[in-house]
Parts: sequence; C-alpha cells; structure tokens
Amino acid sequence: MLDKSNITLRLQTFLIEIGDLSYFTARFFKESFKRPFEFKEFLRQCYNMGNRSLLLVGITGFIIGLVLTLQTRPTLMEFGAVSWMPSMVGISIIREIGPMITALVCAGRIGSGIGAELGSMRVTEQIDAMEVSGTNPFKYLVVTRVLATTLMIPILVVVGDAIALYGSFLVENFKGNVSFQLYFNQVFESLEFGDIIPATIKSFFFGLAIGIVGCFKGYYCEKGTAGVGHAANSAVVFTSLLLFIIDFIAVFAADIFYDL
Amino acid sequence: MIENNTILSNDKPQTKEVVLELKNLNKSFGENHVLKNFNMILHKGENLVIMGKSGSGKSVMIKCLVGLIQADSGVISVMHKDITTLDQTALDMLRSDIGFLFQGSALYDSMTVRENLEFPLRRHSSKFKKNVDTNTLVLEALENVGLAHTIDLMPAELSGGMKRRVALARTLILQPKIILYDEPTSGLDPITAKEIIMLMQDIQKKYNTSSLIITHDVDCARVISDRMILLIDGTNYAEGTFEALSTSLDPKVKAFFKH
Repeated sequence: MLDKSNITLRLQTFLIEIGDLSYFTARFFKESFKRPFEFKEFLRQCYNMGNRSLLLVGITGFIIGLVLTLQTRPTLMEFGAVSWMPSMVGISIIREIGPMITALVCAGRIGSGIGAELGSMRVTEQIDAMEVSGTNPFKYLVVTRVLATTLMIPILVVVGDAIALYGSFLVENFKGNVSFQLYFNQVFESLEFGDIIPATIKSFFFGLAIGIVGCFKGYYCEKGTAGVGHAANSAVVFTSLLLFIIDFIAVFAADIFYDL
Repeated sequence: MIENNTILSNDKPQTKEVVLELKNLNKSFGENHVLKNFNMILHKGENLVIMGKSGSGKSVMIKCLVGLIQADSGVISVMHKDITTLDQTALDMLRSDIGFLFQGSALYDSMTVRENLEFPLRRHSSKFKKNVDTNTLVLEALENVGLAHTIDLMPAELSGGMKRRVALARTLILQPKIILYDEPTSGLDPITAKEIIMLMQDIQKKYNTSSLIITHDVDCARVISDRMILLIDGTNYAEGTFEALSTSLDPKVKAFFKH
C-alpha cells in the first residue's frame, strides 16, 4: 500500500521529470538553429523512420478503414442513412482517427526505437565518445531525430488516411456497389479546411512529442542494460499519454477557431 | 621509501614539461565522496598508471579530466589550460589533443569502421593540412593497429580485441598529445591483452604521446608504467615506480600486487 511519503516522493519525481523534459525541449529549439546543421544525418533519419514505419501504418490504416465501415454500416442502414457513409468515415478518419492511430503506432514503432537506440548508446559510452571527440551529441543525435519525426509523422498520417479511406471504399464497393469516383467525391465534398488544417497541425505536434520523449528517455538512460528496456518502455507510455493530451488541446483549439 | 603514505622513486621525470595536472580534485555523488583532494601530474612523454579497486573513483577522475563529469572543486589543467573555465568551443578544440580509449571501446554501432574513424575528423578537419585526404588518415590510423582490412566492416563483425584496436585507431586519428586509457585490457584474453599493451607502447614511441592508464591489470602496469599512483578511497595513497610500489611493505599497497 502506498503511504503519504511515497506518494509525495513519486509526485516530486514526476514534477522533476516534467521540468527536465521542458529544459530538454527548450535546448532542442535552441540547438536547432545553431550551426553546423547535420543535414545528412537528418535525411538518413527521415528515410529510416518513414520507410520502416510505412508498412505498419499502411496495414493499420487499411484495417481501421475496413472495420470502421463494417461496424458502422448496419446502424446507418437502420436509419436509412447509408449514403452518408463516405462523409462520416472521411471526416472521422481525417479529423481524428487517422492522426491519432498513426501517432500511436509510431510512438510504439519510432519512439521506443529512439529510446532504445540512444539508451544503448548512453550505457555503452558511445555518446560520451562523441562528446570527447568534440562533436555535439545533442545536435547530432537528438536534433536530427526530433526534426525527422516532426516532418515524417504528418507525411505518414496523410498516407495512413489515404489507405484507411481506400479500405473503407473497398467495403462500400463490395457491400453497396459504390464506385471509386462516387465514394471519393462524397468524401472530399464533406471535408472542409476546418477538418484538414487542425489535423495537419496536430500531426506536427504529435511528431514533435514522439521525437522529444523518445530522445529524452534514451539520452538520459541510466542503470545499464535494464535502463535501456525501461527507456524504450517509458518512451512509449509517456508519449501515448502526451498524444492524448495534445489531441485534447488541439480539438479544443480547433473548436474555438473553426467553430466545429 | 614511504613518506606520508607516498612512495617516492628516484627516477621520476621531475624536469619534464607538465601536460596534465589535477589539484585538490573533489567529486561527490550525494553522500558518496568519490574523490577527496586528489592530486596528480602527468609529464610529457610519460606513461602514468593509476591503479585502484572498483569504485575507488578512477573512472570518475578520468571523466572529470575531459569534462564528461563536472568536478565539485579543484583545478584540472590540461596543457596549461584550466578546463573548468573554458567555454564549449575552446573545450572542444582542446579535446582534439586528448585521445580517450573507453573501457568498452564505445564504437558507434550504426557506423562502419571507416565512418567511426571519420567521425572525429568532421569537427576537427582544420587540424590537418588542406591537401590531406580523409581516406589516407583513416587508412594510416588503421594500419597503425594492423586492421586496415576491416575498414568496411561493422563493429558487430569484430572481435573484442579488434574492437579495442579500432577504438585505439579512432583515438589516434586526431593525433592527440595525451591519451587516456580506461581499463584498456579489461575483458580481453591474456594474449590479446598483451597485444594491446604492445600496441600502446608502439604508439607512445612513435608519436611521443603522454599516457594516463587506468587499469587493474598488474602485468599491464609492470610493462607500460613509468610511474604509478595507487588510488584508495578517493585519494592518491601511494605514488612511485612499479618496482618501488610492488616491493612496498605497506599492507594496502601489498594487497594490489599479491597476485
């Protein structure tokens, strides 16, 4: 059972970690604008993250599109509103499900990978070796990875959304004999800037959160190889929580600006 | 001869230029006072061995020397520059004159041997003449350690001894004036350990580097040391040549050499 002092200690540790994370984020922004720019490493990270996550994001998006359509269809049929299916699925996927599912998948795939990689580099003194050689490891390892996730997550979201919509179209085509042109015409007719812009902006923040938390957990990894596992695991848990908080703030802000 | 817990030898190179000096270095981690007024001098061209039990503060001391750990108090003078007062740019420049061989080699896993050696050159290319080719420097460093054929291999494809030699080549590529060795023979079989020691001697002769070697290995200390310091409870308990220390009657000093 947790006693009062234990709860206080945990709360204190949590608040210290939040403070450290804020300092880490501020340092990221400061270092991002300083020379030399590690452009080659940034491109390598973009390629690795995009290429390695594409299949997973694609499969997840496809299944989400299929399942969402299959499960919603009977209810819409009951109300005679099955023709609204493309609009409903389109708005759901573009506004919320696509960015959120893609970000959660990438938090598991990319965030844990960054946490484990940097953690392993920390415990095997590779980061120290970089520092001793006169290279700024924060710039080389952290800035490139965070910028890469910030750029790649929105691109993966767009790809994931497109595949999810295609999955939904396949169900509609199979069950309701709806043509490709009709389905996607209805999807795009129902979408407005108020759906696309907040979702895109939100995706950049999702990418930033995945990169920052993954790098933070890995960069300050301690306690040997056990610490590497902990860094990877806590990167996923912390990022997932942060994604929901960002999503809540984004929806709240979009509601004010676009009167959704 | 033992005097105030310090064994003095007659052949200590007193007149040589001092390249590295620690004065009253202190470092604590919470309640644990790891280094207590630690003092040390390294002369040009000298091989200084520091021995001590696990947890005696050897690795902390060597990391303080290159600014990887901030000391609580004391002076760390490297080639007459106090590193505690240098800004990051000046510290990075000074680091190009200090080579550091890490205990676990610390090769970058995601890079080939060539890329590992090229990495320090990215920041310090200005140290070399403009017409010097990077590839030539990499090959020369690898030839020094007899591993030119591994240039395109990944670290995972190398044995423990090969990794240590590649790490040594990476340390050498910037042509440092001082080399810090953190347990250079730990985790290696006796034959490979002997090869590494020979390599360290060859490098010292070829480049006239000053070396600070942290080790548990008495054989390594016997072969390579010009002078030794025994680090006990965060202080320099005894200092002198290997012969002077190994024949000491002090029980704490004897404990290091009884095997």
